[in-house]
Amino acid sequence: MRRLVRRASQRWRRSAQTRVVVSTMVGSAVAVILLSTLLIGQVGRGLVSARTRAALVTAQSGIVKVEDEISPAPISQGQAPSVESRLQTIAKELSDAGQVGNQYQILLVRADGSGTTYATAGTRPVDVPPDLQRQLDRSGLAYSYVHGTTDRLVVGGVIDTTLGDFRLYHFFPLSSEQSTLSLVRRTTAIVGGLLVLLLPLIVYLVLRQVVRPVREAARTAERLALGDLEERMHVRGEDELAQLATTFNSMAVALQKQIRQLEDLSRVQRRFVADVTHELRTPITTVRMAADVLHEARTDFPLAAARSAELLQNELGRFERLLSELLEISRYDAGDAQVDTEPTELVALTHRVVDAVRPLAERKGSDLVVHGRAPVVAEIDHVRIERVVRNLVVNAIEHGEGRPVEIRVAADDRCVAVTVRDSGVGLRPGEDQLVFTRFWRGDPSRARSTGGTGLGLAIAREDARAHGGALEAWGAPGRGAVFRLTLPLRPGEELLGSALPLGPERTRA
Amino acid sequence: MPPARPTTARVLVVDDDPALAEMLGIVLRGEGFEPAFVSDGDAALGAFRREKPDVVLLDLMLPGTDGIEVCRQIRAESGVPIVMLTAKGDTDDVVRGLESGADDYLVKPFKPKELVARVRARLRSHDTEPETLTIGPPEDAVTIDVPGHVVSRIDAAILLTPLEFDLLLALARRPKTVFTREVLLEQVWGYRHAADTRLVNVHVQRLRAKVERDPEHPTVVLTVRGIGYKAGPG
Repeated sequence: MRRLVRRASQRWRRSAQTRVVVSTMVGSAVAVILLSTLLIGQVGRGLVSARTRAALVTAQSGIVKVEDEISPAPISQGQAPSVESRLQTIAKELSDAGQVGNQYQILLVRADGSGTTYATAGTRPVDVPPDLQRQLDRSGLAYSYVHGTTDRLVVGGVIDTTLGDFRLYHFFPLSSEQSTLSLVRRTTAIVGGLLVLLLPLIVYLVLRQVVRPVREAARTAERLALGDLEERMHVRGEDELAQLATTFNSMAVALQKQIRQLEDLSRVQRRFVADVTHELRTPITTVRMAADVLHEARTDFPLAAARSAELLQNELGRFERLLSELLEISRYDAGDAQVDTEPTELVALTHRVVDAVRPLAERKGSDLVVHGRAPVVAEIDHVRIERVVRNLVVNAIEHGEGRPVEIRVAADDRCVAVTVRDSGVGLRPGEDQLVFTRFWRGDPSRARSTGGTGLGLAIAREDARAHGGALEAWGAPGRGAVFRLTLPLRPGEELLGSALPLGPERTRA
Repeated sequence: MPPARPTTARVLVVDDDPALAEMLGIVLRGEGFEPAFVSDGDAALGAFRREKPDVVLLDLMLPGTDGIEVCRQIRAESGVPIVMLTAKGDTDDVVRGLESGADDYLVKPFKPKELVARVRARLRSHDTEPETLTIGPPEDAVTIDVPGHVVSRIDAAILLTPLEFDLLLALARRPKTVFTREVLLEQVWGYRHAADTRLVNVHVQRLRAKVERDPEHPTVVLTVRGIGYKAGPG
């Protein structure tokens, strides 16, 4: 039930069409109810008032007829029964006339309620509403409505005779008005119901003409945004919507052109970097070997030449590292870096790295401490990840000011994480991002003892990303820095968090 | 008796860059090898037949027939150790090179010491003590005549390159041991530091293609998932 409500509200929010159609339905229903109430009221009142006017005329003439009949005769005590019988005769005549076409019924009674002079079958004195009787006490003619299985209009008149007051009532059945009115009601209900159904349908159909191209435009725009630059809208007809489609398409063409140009440009540039780096390798190999041969033989050289051979040798090493890292990063830029993954145990990998860089750490006076309980297994490219971890550890040693470097390895059910923490100078605000910038140097005045190329962390971050993982940094001045590598258990799986925290070291209780 | 190795090993250098080729020559001569040169892929096979080298250094980027093809041609008629030189460290080229028969590779730029170490590793002389080992299921075992460099199964000889022979021998010598790829890299290829484990993967595949009845279901060289390889049967 709740899901149904949620789905409905979602539909309401997301679809203008649904909103308009539902609004139309509610609006037209309200309008139809109001209008039909008004209509039925008017028709009812009109019918009744017409009938009332006619009824009053009929009743009046009936009264006059009765009065005419009895007034010319001399009134005397002895004739009393004959007056009564004449009244009965006239009433019967009237009643017979009224029975033709069931126009009305007659009731003639004494005003004091002492007896009924005449009554058409089916009419009784109790049918006369009391308020009508009261009205007749004040005026000569009055009418009232009686509701029942068949509504009736009762018109009463006062007839004065020497024998006392009589009251003549005409009962006009309103059955034909009632049936007319109910016909009107039925018709109104049917028409109204149809309107309530048809209007939203019409609105829906009209709207669809508008909404469909808009939806198509939205879908097309979405696909364009996702990178499908060939996507276009269909142009139908010449109306505003066709114009929208045309404009949309020309926008897409312009966009595609721009993107292609940019792509071409960056492709050319990346290709160039890759080619240059690649072409450099063969001569560098020759130079490297020549330098090595010279270096081996330097003891036979004069002092200046011997020192030159040493410098050549050392600087070539730096040059080579730079070249190979440039090549690596240009491979990432060109998008043809390949990641070969296989299940790898990360605690052993970390120990391997730590063992390899221990000589450097000893030179710097930093202790390397590894925390992590094997097995921590993930599907990774171990060559790349080993490089990342080595980079982080070397970096920590270099900036660790001779204080211990702490390396943690952990896993949860979704990812593995390695953090490398140093207690060195730390990072200033904003530097946690800058450190990953190519050729960025934290402190230009610092001695470059290990000869980092300035590309290491940039490559490391690319390596992490190539696995669908993340490499992040945290640091504060004087509180050291932490680098955290997080990798999904299998490449491409979504990362939702990390198995290890990134931030200042928690003070132990 | 195994054929006596000549005192100076001959190295055929197939490289189109004259400066690099000359430098390779200087370094190789300095280490007591006898280099020969060819600069064109089309001429490489002829030079190989003429020079009968003990090791081939093969640049993958060559004019004419490319290095991969040269490698295939040489491998088709000889098990001679081939070390390829590549300017690309890319997986594709390395794997293609290894699959076409190269035993090992060097990524430019390399140091002279690395070059010499790679060449030496491929020329290591083996024990000449008479020794025969078996590997695989007892009812269908593969026999290794160590000094004779002959591998056979029910008297049918299996032709292996020296590297494949070394790989099989390493596994057969310690049949109860599981070898990690890193250990095999050190024992068979002579790498001291962690190197490219794809070398092992590719050559195990090649070895299996020759010694297994059904390479899809190996019984001689078994994979130990997540660790490495060991000699069969399990």
